[in-house]
Amino acid sequence: MIPLREIAHARSGDKGNSANVAVFARTPAAYAWLRDHLTPAAVESYFTPLGVGRVVRFEVPNLEALNFILPGVLGGGGSRSLRIDAQGKTLGMALLEMPVEADAAKLNAGR
Amino acid sequence: MPRPLKIANASGFWGDQPGAAADLVAAAPDLDYLTLDYLAEVSLSIMAIMRAKDPHAGYARDFVEVLRSLVPFYQAGGQSRIVTNAGGLDPVACAQACAGVLREAKLAHLRIAVVTGDDVLPLLKENPARFPNLETQTALESVSARLVTANAYVGADPIARALAAGADLVITGRVADPSLTVGPCAFHFGWKPTDFDAIAGATIAGHLIECGTQACGGFSTDWLDLPDNHAIGFPIVEVFADGSCVVTKPEGTGGAVTVGTVKEQLLYEIGDPGNYLSPDVTASLLGLRAEATGENRVRISGAGGRAPTDTLKVSATYRDGYKAHGMLTIFGHDAVRKARHAGEGILRRLHDRGCIFRESLVECLGTGASVRGIVSRVSDTHLIETVLRVSVAADTREPVEQFVREIAPLVTSGPQGVTGYATGRPKVLPIFGYWPTLVAKSAVLPSWRFVSA
Repeated sequence: MIPLREIAHARSGDKGNSANVAVFARTPAAYAWLRDHLTPAAVESYFTPLGVGRVVRFEVPNLEALNFILPGVLGGGGSRSLRIDAQGKTLGMALLEMPVEADAAKLNAGR
Repeated sequence: MPRPLKIANASGFWGDQPGAAADLVAAAPDLDYLTLDYLAEVSLSIMAIMRAKDPHAGYARDFVEVLRSLVPFYQAGGQSRIVTNAGGLDPVACAQACAGVLREAKLAHLRIAVVTGDDVLPLLKENPARFPNLETQTALESVSARLVTANAYVGADPIARALAAGADLVITGRVADPSLTVGPCAFHFGWKPTDFDAIAGATIAGHLIECGTQACGGFSTDWLDLPDNHAIGFPIVEVFADGSCVVTKPEGTGGAVTVGTVKEQLLYEIGDPGNYLSPDVTASLLGLRAEATGENRVRISGAGGRAPTDTLKVSATYRDGYKAHGMLTIFGHDAVRKARHAGEGILRRLHDRGCIFRESLVECLGTGASVRGIVSRVSDTHLIETVLRVSVAADTREPVEQFVREIAPLVTSGPQGVTGYATGRPKVLPIFGYWPTLVAKSAVLPSWRFVSA
């Protein structure tokens, strides 16, 4: 198992009480791997402790990226959430810590 | 090919670096435009509260100081025009304050225009049934009596018209963030409202720069590896007549404009990348190409545009009670257990005294509390130190006032090793509920006019 960050980078942002997390492959091979393995169900299950709703995934092959929409994940969002991270600033970093069964050396070859 | 339009961003939010604009024009005096964004989702509600105490505080006063910092540039003949949403709830008052600065500086020949018409509060109050919450589908009737602000995201058209009439400084209220960039492009290139691909390109360009340094490595995954990340440059887009652009930053600034940093910003706060909705266009990011064309230069092309929808997004806010957050540092063996006990103890004591909170939260920072339950590298018992953060929310102010008095006493009544109490009592903060909704474009009539110096 490796953390996702070994093959990807990410950025998260808020919209009301929802957030998006975009995950970017560091190589074309890593993008193919992410598309096949980083499913919306896997991301939804990972963020369950934060009370996330049904996760939607958009593929952005031209940017070798996947964009995940995480509804209701911010504990109220904006001005209402009591959490230290009311605006989802940490969600990208959190997703990059996800343990995945991938071969980093193979997927990062030629990087 | 005609030369591109050079547009920089000098503020990504209300509270961003006040020196950015002066630094940008010093490093890149040939900039055609400076854009400055001050309005996040609930910024206008903060302005509404400030305005209730001071009628002249309904806009981002920071911008007046930014303009003052640019006086030497304009006195030396600088030509960059400015487009900003610093007008907030009161673009006219903002413009008058700016006019005062220009007059004092003998720069009264610079013309200031305001864009108004984004305020739709009366519409929402009259017809709450027509404005359900976009996220939850809840009916507005439940909160309409407590509405504070309701502003539609206006498009680029009034900005372009003000510039065409000769405005040097355009001050708006709520406009779609990328429209601050689309307005100058539409005017400069003479785009028709149906030049959707070009407008989509400029919308993407505007989106890329609207968060300040985030396009140049700020907030990026690989931030630690960036050169000179203590002084990351603010972004510049060079927009071409077809809407494609090159993202760059001034010479000599820190950070980096790479395909990686630009890609991250391209998808920042994006929903469906095939349907990026703005008042000016519905854009698709799915045909975009991002390619490095030089050091700190990334070319973005291939934006696709379609006709915009016939509605505008509205950000409304309503009063929703009060909250406060208190923080203390706890050091020593069992720090996390002690912190949790102490935090829960405050809540218990207040409960016993009859304080009713609709929500409360105890967080022990350092344990992975930002995403509690998801990531943890060491067990809590290994931590020698944690920051206790206790938060409450209530419908009325009174119990929250009692809460803020209970934090510091833990220094003597809590476990040994409590510190970090020197910052005084936490502030009681108003909570603003966020109410995104839609309004028919035909019901919103934005306009512009000059405000004389």
